[in-house]
Amino acid sequence: MTTATIAPGPAAPPARRKARGGRRLNRASGLGLGVAMLWFSLLVLIPLIAVIVTAGEGGWGAFWDSVTNAQTAASIRLTVGTALLVTVVNVFMGTLIAWVLVRDRFWGQRVIEVLIDVPFALPTIVAGLVLLSLYGRDSPLGIDIANTRPAVFLAFLFVTLPFVVRTVQPVLAELDREVEEAAASLGASRFTTFRRIILPSLTPAIAAGAALSFARGVSEYGSLVLLSGNLPMRTEVTSVRILSSIENDNLESAAATAAILLVISFIVIVTVDALQRWVVRRG
Amino acid sequence: MGKPLKWTFRVVVVVYMFLLVAWPVFLVAKNAFADGFADISAILTDPDTAHALRLTVIVGVQAVIINTIFGVGISLLLVRYDFPGKRLLSALLDMPLSVSPIVVGLALVLVYNGRTGWFGPALESVGYQVIFATPGMVMATVFVALPLVIREVVPVLEEVGDEQEQAARSLGAGPVQTFRRITLPAIKWGVIYGVVLSLARSLGEFGAVKVVSGNVLGETRTATLVVEEKYLNFDKGGAYATAFLLALIAIACIVVVSIIRPKEQVK
Repeated sequence: MTTATIAPGPAAPPARRKARGGRRLNRASGLGLGVAMLWFSLLVLIPLIAVIVTAGEGGWGAFWDSVTNAQTAASIRLTVGTALLVTVVNVFMGTLIAWVLVRDRFWGQRVIEVLIDVPFALPTIVAGLVLLSLYGRDSPLGIDIANTRPAVFLAFLFVTLPFVVRTVQPVLAELDREVEEAAASLGASRFTTFRRIILPSLTPAIAAGAALSFARGVSEYGSLVLLSGNLPMRTEVTSVRILSSIENDNLESAAATAAILLVISFIVIVTVDALQRWVVRRG
Repeated sequence: MGKPLKWTFRVVVVVYMFLLVAWPVFLVAKNAFADGFADISAILTDPDTAHALRLTVIVGVQAVIINTIFGVGISLLLVRYDFPGKRLLSALLDMPLSVSPIVVGLALVLVYNGRTGWFGPALESVGYQVIFATPGMVMATVFVALPLVIREVVPVLEEVGDEQEQAARSLGAGPVQTFRRITLPAIKWGVIYGVVLSLARSLGEFGAVKVVSGNVLGETRTATLVVEEKYLNFDKGGAYATAFLLALIAIACIVVVSIIRPKEQVK
């Protein structure tokens, strides 16, 4: 059960998608690749290029003006800042949850295992409603954070929950326990063993999970719609800002802000890819 | 591990999961049944909501079919063949997971809208409307769920290797026969997980569909859009009931996956 991964993120030991001396393309597979690439281009590549091109259409000045517009800049600051904060929390909590799931055995563990994946499978609008029912106006706890910045933090925390857990878990499960026992028998304290033996092996997985959780946070939209109130300058995240530009039929300005998000997700992808290759090279 | 530390970890994790996931999800179920079955039966008998639910299923199923065919095909190509740009393609295929759904919607609108889009006017002149219609909604849904089948199938394909396929081919099996008799049975579970996960993701897509659908009541409004609309129009009972149905499907999907998966590992 510990390896049951509904993995967002590279759940399996990383960089599996590696060339392993495959065959050359023949006519049928070449045709298949062509059709697949055509579909992928029409669906993903051309539309994403269209975002970048539209963002640049008015020249650098227009682009700069729309992303430094006070309201847009505030939304980018809020989104990136909150996503960073949430990522830090996830690094600690995600590693801790993975640790408990792999190294501990207790009644109800399977329930936690399923709960980890709930934020990944739950529709984001439902996620917002779910959080609102405990942390909104009718909160049984008496905590009402609806329409405030903590609500943005909470929503990000919810939707990014699975990422670090699911990247760290399989790596932790495959760690060699004998090395830890050896370290302990040589007099290393528990903390030293963790810091010197376990942590170095987990770091790439933690970093990959953190990158994915950051990317997911930055791009979040649905869970915030009902929860954060989308108040300009205060709780409006970048995706909401882009949507209001689209609804005002200002596609250029929407594309300019969207381009910033695309650059962020591209950097994240490159980072994760580099991390995975680094792990593979280290063996 | 020392006992106090072990218990501290355990308690912290359980409390965290309870406050962040378990309790809020439970409350939605509770709110959905606040008036007994009244809210649930109200949304099922309301023609507009019933239409939205039907549309969600239609769009979701189409998207899953497309993603399954594309996903299995591209996984086979990535694992079994060599071609230039393979690593780049493999990295790009993960892109949809980290692109904001609103940006996905915007990207599709920029290319396929009938007025100023790159391809939209040409497609519309031959009578094919993409944006504000079902094809655009299917495309948006396919986009956001694109990597899920691939992520499940690629590791399985690499693990089973291609010795059996080579043997089948050397014994005279054609490519179709080899795929149907050898490859497909081997990757069956990977494909099934991928399909279940894609289905959960597709039925729940909100942001991207909101942008491309135009959100027209009784025409292009899907179930997730109904949740938003009902909540904002102070029909909380209806919002919670619809959300409950969607949550039920999502949780059923992950429970199914978590039940099937260990069985397959034992085999």
